[in-house]
Order: sequence, then C-alpha cells, then structure tokens
Amino acid sequence: MSGGAVSRVMAAWFPDWPLVAARLADELPADVPAAVISQGRVAACSAEARAEGVVRGLRLREAQTRCTSLAVCPADPLRDAREFEPVLASLEERSPGVEVLRPGLCAVRVRGAARYYGSEESAGGAVLDAADSLGVEARVGVADSVFAAVQAARSTTESVALLVLPPHTSRDFLAPFPVEALEQPKLASLLKRLGIHTLGDFTQLPLSDVRARFGAAGVLAHAMAGGEDPKVVVPRVPPRKLDRQVDFEPGLDRIDQIAFQLRAPAGEFVAALQDAGLVCTELKVALLDDSGIRSERLWGHPRHFTANDVVDRVRWQLQPRSADPSGGLNAGGITSAIVRVELIPGRVDSITGHGQALFGEGAEEKIHHGLSRLQSMLGQEAVLVPAVSGGRVLSERRLLTPWGDPVPREAAVQAARPWPGSIPDPQPATVFTSPVPVLLLDAAGEPVRIDERGTLLSPPHWFCPEAAGGSAAPRRAVAEWTGPWPLRQRWWDEGRRRHAERFQIVDGDGDAWLLLLTGDRWWAEARYD
Amino acid sequence: MSEALPDLPPGSLRSSPGEDLQAKIHLLQGRRAREHSLPVLPALKAVLPGGLRPGAVYSLQGSMSLAMALLAGPSLQGAWCGVMGLPDFGIEAAAGFGVALDRLVLVPDPGERWMQVLAAMADVLPVVLACAPSRAAPAEAARLGARLRERGSVLLVAGHWPQSEAVLRVSGHEWEGLGQGYGHLARQELRLEVALRGASRTAVVDLAGRVPEDSSAYRIGA
Repeated sequence: MSGGAVSRVMAAWFPDWPLVAARLADELPADVPAAVISQGRVAACSAEARAEGVVRGLRLREAQTRCTSLAVCPADPLRDAREFEPVLASLEERSPGVEVLRPGLCAVRVRGAARYYGSEESAGGAVLDAADSLGVEARVGVADSVFAAVQAARSTTESVALLVLPPHTSRDFLAPFPVEALEQPKLASLLKRLGIHTLGDFTQLPLSDVRARFGAAGVLAHAMAGGEDPKVVVPRVPPRKLDRQVDFEPGLDRIDQIAFQLRAPAGEFVAALQDAGLVCTELKVALLDDSGIRSERLWGHPRHFTANDVVDRVRWQLQPRSADPSGGLNAGGITSAIVRVELIPGRVDSITGHGQALFGEGAEEKIHHGLSRLQSMLGQEAVLVPAVSGGRVLSERRLLTPWGDPVPREAAVQAARPWPGSIPDPQPATVFTSPVPVLLLDAAGEPVRIDERGTLLSPPHWFCPEAAGGSAAPRRAVAEWTGPWPLRQRWWDEGRRRHAERFQIVDGDGDAWLLLLTGDRWWAEARYD
Repeated sequence: MSEALPDLPPGSLRSSPGEDLQAKIHLLQGRRAREHSLPVLPALKAVLPGGLRPGAVYSLQGSMSLAMALLAGPSLQGAWCGVMGLPDFGIEAAAGFGVALDRLVLVPDPGERWMQVLAAMADVLPVVLACAPSRAAPAEAARLGARLRERGSVLLVAGHWPQSEAVLRVSGHEWEGLGQGYGHLARQELRLEVALRGASRTAVVDLAGRVPEDSSAYRIGA
C-alpha cells in the first residue's frame, strides 16, 4: 500500500458497551459500582468499580470482595445489540456507511464524511457529537485500516477522545503495540515464545517466512500489524422503518375521534408492511398522553393484522376496562388527551404464509370474522377461549384468554402436573367465579367446625344455600356428605396461601355441592347440576 | 329438480312408503333433510332420537350437565360451540363430557344486548348455549327463531324460552358414590321431563358414563 491511495477508516468505540447497555435498559443503576458478568467473570465494569480495583476477567466472587457494593447483572448479547440500535441510527444520520464490528464498536468509511465535514477531524467530531447527544461515551480513531483505526480509538483518553493518524503512519503507530492486540491468543503466545513481543517486531519478519511458519492466518495477522488490513468496511443496510407514528395536535381525548384519525395511518402501516412482503402477527401499540405518560401493550392476532384490526386494538387499549371487577386503580381509559399513537410491529411474518385462498378459508374464517365483530361490539375481553390450567382451586384451573390472543403455553404444562388433592371425576358443571357464602349446620343448628387436627367435631345436618339470612335462612337437610378433604397450599406465601377443607354434600333437594371451609366460614365452590 | 317422483323404482316406495315419501317431499321443498341434524351423545339418544334440529331452540331447565352433554355431541363432530351469559360454566366438566375446548367460545357477560350478541354468535357458531334473557318478547323470540332457521344454528337456552322445539326439564337428580362421611360423587342420573313437539314424557338419563374417545361411533341419522 506504499504511496497509493489508501481507504481511510474511522472506528467509533463505545467503551464498556455491555455495561452501558445494561444501564440504558435499566438493569443496572447509574453512578454506583456495577459490572456485567459473563460465565462467572467480569465482562465489563464501570469506572466506579474500576476505582475499587475491579478489572475485566476477574472472578465474580473476587470482584465482590474487592468492591462489596458491586451491582451485577448477567451479560446479554441481545440487549447489547438492541440498545446499540439507536446509537447506530444516530451515527448513520451523521455519516452513512457504518459497519457494526460488534455492539459497541463500528467502522465507518471516512472519505465521504471527511469531504462533507471538511476534514477527518471534523468528521470524527461529528460522530462524537452524535454520541454526546445520546448521552453515551465514545472514542474515535481514524487510520488507514480497520485494525489500526480500532487501535487508535482504543488508545484515546477520556479527555482527548479523537485520534487521527495521518495517512501512511499506521504502521509506525502500531509498532509498539504488544502482539496480544491482534486478538489471536494462540499466535500471540507462540510469537512471545519466539521472542517477538511487539507488532513492530512481527512486521520485521519477511512475509514468505511468516507464510511458511504460520500459514494464511499468520499472513493476515502480519498485514494487520503492518497497518494494511485487507478488511474493507462493508456498510450495513439500514433496516426499513416499519413502525408508524401518528401525532395529534392538539391532543384528542375521545376514542371515536382517535379511531377516525387512525384509519388512514393504520391502512398505510399495513400497506407498508405488505410492500415489504410482510404481515404483522403481533402488534405493539404505544400511547402517549399530554401529561407525558406512555402506555404500551402487545396485541396478538390469530392470523394477521388488517387496518381495521389495528384500529380496533388501539380502541380497546383506550377503552376503560369496565368488565374488570378489580377496576379502580387499573381502570384504564383516557385520563388526559392522547398526543401520539405509535404502531410498532412486534412480530412480522412473510406474506407468502398468509395468502388468502381463492375461495376463502372456509368455516374458520367466518367464525373469526363473526367473533371479531363481537369483540368490537363488546370489547376484547368479552369473547374468551377457555383452557384448562393447573391449580387446586377449581376457579384457578379455568384459564380464559381473549379471542385472538395466544393461549399461554404454561397452561398445558401446569394442567399436566399431578395436583394432589384435586377433585375426582366427574367435575362440577357450575364453578362459581368467586365462592358463594353458604352455611353448613349440625343437628343443633351450629355451624359445622373442625378442630386444629382436622377432625370433624359434629356431622353436618342442615345446609343453607344462602348464608345471608343467618341461621334463620331456609334450610335443607343434608342427605349425604363426605369430607373433610384438606386443601393446603403455599403456606410460605402470605398472599396466596390457602388453608381450607373441602366437603361434598348432596342436599335434601337432590342438589350436589362442593363446599369449602376456611376458618369458620363456609363457601360453595361449585355445584354439581 | 329433474328428479321427478315417477322415476323412483316402485319397490323403494313400497318398502317404507311413508318415510321415503316424506324425505322426498322435504328434498323437493328445499327443507333441510334429516341427515343435517346435529348428533347427540348415546345417553341422550332416547330423549332426542332425531338429534338436534338446526334452527330450533331447546329449553333446558335445571341442569348445566345436561347442557354440556348436549353441546358435546356436535362438538365431538367438529362443530364450534358458543356459551353466552354463563360465567360459572365449568370448562373441566364440559371437557369431561367431550366438548372440545379449542372449539369453544365463551361470552360470559353479554351486557344489556342479549338479543344482538346472541344473534351475532348464532350467525357463525352452529351451536350456542345461552342463559335465558330476563325478558323475551314473543316478537323478538320469533325474529331470532327466523334468523336461527336461516343460519341453521341450534340454540340451547338454560331456562325458559317461549317458542322452543323441546323443553327438557330436570325433575330430580340421583347421585351415587356418596355416603355419610365417606366416598365421593361418582355417577349422576337425571330424571327428565321432556316435552317434544307437544308430546310429553319422562326419561331417566345417566350422564356419568365417560365419553369414549372414538367420536365416529355417534354419527346419527347419516
């Protein structure tokens, strides 16, 4: 590469990226000693932790001895990549043609950017500005090859974050670096045993000897050490933007207005996906109101979203959940005007798998249309699909999922577990959503009780299906009965523990009941009818 | 319509003249033939020998199990079923009778619009079980009946219905398996009073018999 035109490369390095990403994702607190742990060792640590003596590669236990207040979280390459995406987008705005070497390190062809900004220094400065505007720390190096640029970026300091090596000086710059910088541990160890400690020493070796002794990998390392990295920057293609944002100015606080305004954007959203050969099977709807509160929800779809489905989902998200009996705090609904609606495809699928048959899809499609219509009439939670789940209490075993949402996979797993103490077949046909208070009395008219060892004190004699009237309520004789069947679960969990006795009775009218005794109160859990 | 009556081989008419002729008349009149009726479980065959007639309303009084057993027949044959306005519907019991839960849709709370919701469900689901409305005006009931006949859906009403094809009323339960402080409920026998097209009779039905896996055994009227 002597004399000829060199392809100048800029490397942007974001130090301790795994840690920064974890902090951006709110998995680690800011401003305290923190570390990201991979396979029991420190993969990245914060400056505060470094001040306490924590270094990369240290065992977790050792790191915690050195810094007892160390906050840790496991390494997650996906999180690193995800959090890097906005940084990358911001870089691409300043200078196109970015190649991601790994999350936290990327290479940029600097020629165009240098011409645009006037000099390589200004181009580097623009990149630093971009990082600064996002609040992340960046270092930039410019050199003749990717390897040299990365080394230049790594050798910058916090105060001088930009290093531009003039053309044809990369070889001299790299010469004092140790051979470990090549990141080929086997080669580095061998070179050191041969008495070659720096990249400068390595480049002194004739190329033919390097090829004979170390093979193709050695030749590549030799070129890298000489600042003649054969690697070229392959810019990534920025992913197509599929999400859609709708702003309302001024904010809207009526559901029908919002739904009407969304009709056209929702159509465009679906059409844009279709142009990309995709359909959306999972949709994330984010709503931002004028008090700055953002609410997000992920919506599933058994087939794929059409424009009307999208509008429906937004409407349901806006609707107050009147059907929710526990309402109150979680009542939903519009509390202040909505200023922005974001439609984000959560999961997309190729359109080829979702084509419509020439004569429609038959019965199932008709059913789906009918039930979707019902949902838009009554709300999404009104049309439910049942599944049997696990649990000891009968109402827990009934899992209802709104039509269109996927049934949670754990349900089948839970249901398949043994659940000792479950009710023998046949199961009761009427399972009360919440237990109904009843009374079970003995011959003397006192409520039937058990002692602390679970023994029945007196056999049941009378049964009152409505407890409201007290002991004067209309009574039925107990014809047949069995119990107590103890029901004990989660004694360690204050909120969900259950200590009850079950009874089956047949009353004088021929009705059969499943009763629960908790403390000294009687409940009807279910009726066999 | 090219199939004219005189083309029939004379023997077939003679073998069971009434029935064949009836079927032929139905066919020519465009009525739904008997084979379109929805099947019922073998335990209920004695009660409803013709199965569930599409477009008809059945009023069930006093038993959820009976309603589940009636849903199970069509469900085993692959039909989708709907349950409206019954929040206490025990799905495990329904599954025990043979109702396929992945083809079951629940609308526990239809709100004020009982008629509209029911009509919307009956439009797409061949069998719908619904709670009785608080008040059903005869005119509304007749309109719904017409819609059901047009769609060929069966409506099972848990409670009273003014214009029902049949009323199945439970007059008593008989339980087996329970003693004085021991055992567990194992078998249920229902004493039914059936009013089918004017004729009234009683029947005893044992619903506890589990449903065999092979559903093809129940094909009725085919």
